[in-house]
Amino acid sequence: MKKTDAIIIGAGPVGLFAVHQLGIKGLKVVVIDNLNKAGGQCIELYPDKPIYDIPAVPECTGEQLTSRLLEQIKPFKTEIFLNERVDEVYQEKDNWIVKTNNKNQFIAPNIIIAGGVGSFEPRKISLKEAEKLEGKSVFYSVQNKEKLRNKKIAIFGGGDSALDWALELSKHSTITLIHRRNEFRGAQHTLSKIKDLEKEGKVSIKTPCQIQSLDNEKELKSITIKFDDGKTEKIQTDVMLGFFGLIMKLGPIAEWGLNMDKKTIEVNSKNFETNKKGIFAVGDICSYPGKLRLILSGFHEVALASVECFKRARPNEKYKFEFTTSSKTIHNRLGKK
Amino acid sequence: MPKIIYKDHQGNSKTIEVESGLSVMEGAIQKEIPGIDADCGGSMACATCHVYVNDKWFDKIPKAEDAEIDMIDMTFEPKKNSRLSCQIIVNDDLDGLEVTTPEKQT
Repeated sequence: MKKTDAIIIGAGPVGLFAVHQLGIKGLKVVVIDNLNKAGGQCIELYPDKPIYDIPAVPECTGEQLTSRLLEQIKPFKTEIFLNERVDEVYQEKDNWIVKTNNKNQFIAPNIIIAGGVGSFEPRKISLKEAEKLEGKSVFYSVQNKEKLRNKKIAIFGGGDSALDWALELSKHSTITLIHRRNEFRGAQHTLSKIKDLEKEGKVSIKTPCQIQSLDNEKELKSITIKFDDGKTEKIQTDVMLGFFGLIMKLGPIAEWGLNMDKKTIEVNSKNFETNKKGIFAVGDICSYPGKLRLILSGFHEVALASVECFKRARPNEKYKFEFTTSSKTIHNRLGKK
Repeated sequence: MPKIIYKDHQGNSKTIEVESGLSVMEGAIQKEIPGIDADCGGSMACATCHVYVNDKWFDKIPKAEDAEIDMIDMTFEPKKNSRLSCQIIVNDDLDGLEVTTPEKQT
């Protein structure tokens, strides 16, 4: 079990800035996020969209904001555990213990939940048979492409993931690319390569249509798709890949005994602590009178929460407010001499 | 104030008054209409405020931009009359607009 001063759940902009605010106060932290990269909604939902309301930054994209925050917290050499979801949280005296789905365990006096709208999970096909075959012949991500050689693969979706995998897997397998409309929103140069492969007979593209049924329950043999005009077609399929984007699910957070208001966690707006001492919630996931779901509000929230975190992590030290412009201690922590 | 009719997938309907200038999503959230989640708060980033617009009304509301159509790809059971309710802004001309929420949002 790893001991630290604070466990930050969520590596979105507010979770990353939490590392900074705790770091300049000399606290050691770990960050855990279910995505495969830091940035949260900024990187997953709008990496290319400009944001105009970050103070002193007239315009930056979600991706730029994330990389600047990562740059800003570099001096603290914080470990970020990606592809990991916090499943359990429980109390041990004045500390909290956190367990992840990867069996990692952490102990700290503070937990900061910067969880946005919950963890990102792939959007799934709603057919019951798809659920039964998930992980066997129905997948929502590719873990090992070697296992997908010499197969008949049906790929669903119109974005980059669908197009990229159609192209990649067509090297060793027969691909059917299926999308609900004729237009693909993924990169057009990938699409034109796929259209070339279609002419060569290596890929077939089916639009506009959607899945109607999976034809075998125990083992996938074929699927039936339904076109907009009502026609149906059966396609021999060993493996089905769905790329319908990600959804946000609150997940296990709802079971940690925190006071909730719909999908948000109630906090006091003095230090953003929840009803549990030592558990804080900041950013989109917290609620208090007047709450605005803005990145800048999240930055403010975590700055205040970090003070209370300090007091809990260093009960024998007196908290001293310091400015980054003048504090020698902070300069040392930032590696500035 | 324009009245907006929200139907669920089983046909139960609720009519509420929504102030002009608000989106059909915001109207639903204020009155806690079930079936519209709006996880991203209206930034057209999550597709959980998906509705089907009654055919009679579909052509009367401004057309969806590309980004919205792309996002509709992500919805549960998209149809020809699918829209994101955060992108439909209520005005007097939309008095009586009827939308149906899908069986689920995710």
